[in-house]
Amino acid sequence: MLLEELHGIAEKEKAGRKSTCVRCCMSAGCMSSQADEIKKAMEKAVADQNLGDSVEVRRVGCMGFCGQGPMVSVESKGLLYEQVTPQSAPSIIGALAGGATEVQQGDPQHPFFARQLHVVRANGGRIDPERIEDYIELGGYQTLLHVVNEMQPEDVVKAITQSGLRGRGGAGFPTGLKWAMVAKSKGDRKYVICNGDEGDPGAFMDRSVLESDPHTVIEGMAIAGYAVGATQGFLYVRAEYPLAISRLQIAIRQAKTKGFLGEGLFESTFSFNVEVRIGAGAFVCGEETALMASIEGRRGQPRPRPPFPAESGLWSFPTLINNVETFANIVPIMTKGADWYASLGTEKSKGTKVFALTGKIKNNGLIEVPMGITIREIVEDLGGGAPDGSKIKAVQTGGPSGGCIPAHLFDTPVDYESLMGVGSIMGSGGMVVMDDSTNMVDVARFYMQFCMEESCGKCIPCRAGTVQMYQLLNKIMERKATIKDLEQLEELCDMVRHTSLCGLGQTAPNPVTSTLRYFRDEYLALLQPEEVHAEAVH
Amino acid sequence: MKIVKPPLPSQDKRWKIIDAKMRKLGYRPYALIETLHAVQEAFGYLDEVALLWVAKSLRVPPSKVYGVATFYNFFTLKPQGAHTCVVCLGTACYVKRSAEILEAIEAFAKIKSGETTSDKQLSLLTARCIGACGIAPTVVYDGSVAGRMTPDQAVEKLKGYLSHAA
Repeated sequence: MLLEELHGIAEKEKAGRKSTCVRCCMSAGCMSSQADEIKKAMEKAVADQNLGDSVEVRRVGCMGFCGQGPMVSVESKGLLYEQVTPQSAPSIIGALAGGATEVQQGDPQHPFFARQLHVVRANGGRIDPERIEDYIELGGYQTLLHVVNEMQPEDVVKAITQSGLRGRGGAGFPTGLKWAMVAKSKGDRKYVICNGDEGDPGAFMDRSVLESDPHTVIEGMAIAGYAVGATQGFLYVRAEYPLAISRLQIAIRQAKTKGFLGEGLFESTFSFNVEVRIGAGAFVCGEETALMASIEGRRGQPRPRPPFPAESGLWSFPTLINNVETFANIVPIMTKGADWYASLGTEKSKGTKVFALTGKIKNNGLIEVPMGITIREIVEDLGGGAPDGSKIKAVQTGGPSGGCIPAHLFDTPVDYESLMGVGSIMGSGGMVVMDDSTNMVDVARFYMQFCMEESCGKCIPCRAGTVQMYQLLNKIMERKATIKDLEQLEELCDMVRHTSLCGLGQTAPNPVTSTLRYFRDEYLALLQPEEVHAEAVH
Repeated sequence: MKIVKPPLPSQDKRWKIIDAKMRKLGYRPYALIETLHAVQEAFGYLDEVALLWVAKSLRVPPSKVYGVATFYNFFTLKPQGAHTCVVCLGTACYVKRSAEILEAIEAFAKIKSGETTSDKQLSLLTARCIGACGIAPTVVYDGSVAGRMTPDQAVEKLKGYLSHAA
């Protein structure tokens, strides 16, 4: 396949387009509200109203405003419909010719959309994720073709380093540095792994990217493979995401048929294959060494590092492992240039970040914002603030490894260092808003129960420590604890953090320490005075 | 060395599908999780016959097969009911009171999460997060997601599913 042929496919697609395109979101959220039937009803309405020559109905990926789904958009007319039902299809189609419709309309200029900056999600809600031609029409696979034919691997690594991209899995390790380490490692074989084991409750960014634009992840992985010298890639996706898995499998099959994956792609000497591996419901498999054990068909238990995967990873070969969103940033960087990417965001955190904004907030959904935006802007401008009658108390980022940021710190900018400074982490992108009806001790207990149940059991601090901490939190919630119990809880937090083997245990105390830091009075209010407790015991 | 393949456990055609899966992956030990997925998809759960046969086919010790089957939450060693109901307890659902939904369903079905009713009609499960947080709180009935649920609605919907044959 040559560039001319790619252009040819794109031209053919463009020529086949009709003047008006009705886009129906068919991602997991909207699919649960009859998105399938809505698309069928739209197609029927177009046929019934004899508009087949000028109107086409298209399946697209996530538009982001999941809280108001199912969504339907008509971009050429600047229309956006919310909470669509199959019954409303005739009226929406009728309105295309100038009629009126009662269906609730969203405002595409609403801050929820206007304040976003789409890099990773540029194609989300615009292309049909199950058609490779849609992706090619928007320039897809041209970058891979260019990279494997015109660039040296070390130049690719250099570009990624210059872009300033950092790992989107949460820890923020510089991506270029990781790639350089794997490229430098010696091995008969090397692997590229995409970590799609998005296990943080309250996070669905990766799911949406995989469901809406699978090819960009695959293309990013192939570019990574070329840069580090790997010929085999694995996409590890959790079993809870059946739609993402099926769309990835379709995408891989299409890319292979077209010759974008496989032996000697784009008539170069570079070969690259990708296989999907399905998780089986273990949170710890998001940890890279546990994930690799799982791909090898074993229990997903982590092992000590070093050696790091870059030196000795999957089957002891050098392995590059990055998160879905990280790979989704690769094509934009290689297409538009490292300098362009480095111009977005803050000094140390470049580019954009996708967040799943959920919980007690008016506008629920998926947002992509430039790094450096403040939490207040996200919560108040994009999110529209609290639902009627309540007051926002805190935002939780980073899931069970993260922390709660109280309302008085909402001017904190979203970047890796600032979030760490206030006792939370960037995390993979879950952002759960909590209002005054949420008890923060209960939130801490919720996360601790999660970590306790998901602890793999390999190291004692995590296995036993999370149980003890959970029981103490339970005791506090039942109003049976004293200040001594609280002191013990804090001691345990410190111990588990410093002695656990992997990230799960090391960060498990975070929800407790961060709520203790900002909402200590809620803990104290639940404690028993010591004398009273002593009397009750006797 | 010639590798002796164990015979299929029975004439049931589903074993052939699983065998094909293992063959595709070259009967390599790393195919274990993929194979267990195939078994569970075909039979609904993993029983001893299946685990031992997979162990022999992939030349993995039965202890390791059992270890993997019990490590991952997705695998179940018990047969499931004709219908499944999964209540999401992810953070977004949790702050929107999914715990009350679970309580209501438990009270209605008279079973706890993780159990199956004695008439084998319903298995009640919970999920960590199904990633549909935009429409929290969510419940998954027989694989289809329902969003923005209240405890009453969730029970009503469940009644609807139970009144249809699986």
